[in-house]
Amino acid sequence: MSEPAILATGVSKYFGDFPALLDVSLEVAPGKVLAMLGRNGAGKTTLLRMFAGLSRPTQGDISFPASSGDPDDRRGRIGIVGHGTWIYDDLTAEENLRFFCKLYKVPEAGSVVAEWLSRVGLERFRHSRAGEYSRGMRQRLTIARAFLHKPEVLLLDEPWTSLDDRAVELLSSLVEEARETNSAVVICSHQLREAIAVADEVALLNRGRLAYRGPVDADLRNAPQSLYERLP
Amino acid sequence: MTRTVTDAWTVAAKDLRCEMRDRQVLNAAISFALVVLLMFSFTFDPNTNVEVRSLSGGLLWVVYLFAGVLVLNRSFGRETTNDSLEALVAAPLSGESLFLGKTLASFVLILVVELISLPVFGIFYDISWLPRFGQLLPIFALGGWSFAAVGTTFGAVTARNRMRELMLPLLLFPVCLPALVACMSLTWAVFDPTAVAETGPWLRLLVGFDVIYTLLGMLVMEPILTSG
Repeated sequence: MSEPAILATGVSKYFGDFPALLDVSLEVAPGKVLAMLGRNGAGKTTLLRMFAGLSRPTQGDISFPASSGDPDDRRGRIGIVGHGTWIYDDLTAEENLRFFCKLYKVPEAGSVVAEWLSRVGLERFRHSRAGEYSRGMRQRLTIARAFLHKPEVLLLDEPWTSLDDRAVELLSSLVEEARETNSAVVICSHQLREAIAVADEVALLNRGRLAYRGPVDADLRNAPQSLYERLP
Repeated sequence: MTRTVTDAWTVAAKDLRCEMRDRQVLNAAISFALVVLLMFSFTFDPNTNVEVRSLSGGLLWVVYLFAGVLVLNRSFGRETTNDSLEALVAAPLSGESLFLGKTLASFVLILVVELISLPVFGIFYDISWLPRFGQLLPIFALGGWSFAAVGTTFGAVTARNRMRELMLPLLLFPVCLPALVACMSLTWAVFDPTAVAETGPWLRLLVGFDVIYTLLGMLVMEPILTSG
């Protein structure tokens, strides 16, 4: 069996005295899509932010066994779609993507940027400032920003929230592509139906604890709400 | 080392490109510096009071420090618009590179404000600055870097704070005091060589300040940004 792409061991996170996460251990294998589900405040985003290196666990450890120990190397293998767009309104679409290509050391940045602009349908607007884009165009640019370095680990935080139909379709095809190219995908969502539809495995967080972990089966796909009945 | 410098340049170039698009910071900081210099020239008439003229070097640096705050507030403020600071922290970019890039961009902008304000200062305070420009430039550079380095470090601390525009000067001013006094003394010595007995200690203080706060900023940037 191959090494997990992400390994969380006994991870806890406290904000002051408030425990946002308590002793969470899980791993995500390459080529698998994990839906991390739970109600608002369950700790999904907190855990995802720690996977991304945006925050550090109070206790426990998060590792990427397939990567080297160099934190820059680890971060270079991760792609994230978070709550914000993480793009610069003052830069054009092309300049935004070129900037992230430089940060992620993407070879042949020119052709990669052109390819992604075409893929997300922003080729015609490549020289327009991102601040002038519609919401849907900004979302598509965000998706291009997250995927352009071919990440081995994809972290998607509430990815369907506020996406237009075109962006939803694009994101779904990219998640499928990521699975086929052996990338590990973690999707945080409170939208059970959408997340379970694309996931191989599901992890349910409840008040900071990992309450359930298991494969997505036919029963779950047919009745996503039944997930809560599996709580111990 | 090469990677640190390359990444720092990428961040600085991005910040400067963003600034050149709207010139929000430059316009605000330059206007602020010119208005304050103008106001003080009326308050302390340098034509009637020679002593005031000798103190004007100090005034110049107070103006630069206040104008610098406008530049420094925007450095991380720009990153909060679309949460793009998260993108920088999540990217394979070391804290050292991020610090150096942000500091370099702020330094360039502060230096531009200094250089544009200087001729106006010369006119308002009847000071011949052009023959002394060669002596002033290194002081401006060292002073500008000290504000940029400390401001970038505290800018990161206050980046996610709703009151950051108030918090940054509160943190910045006391810490920058040694650099500010050194810059004032050195500038004063340029305009009036008899006024300051020895410039060597002030210069060493300023260089030491820059080195210490640059190294400190490089060291603490990543822990600051991932502490949430």
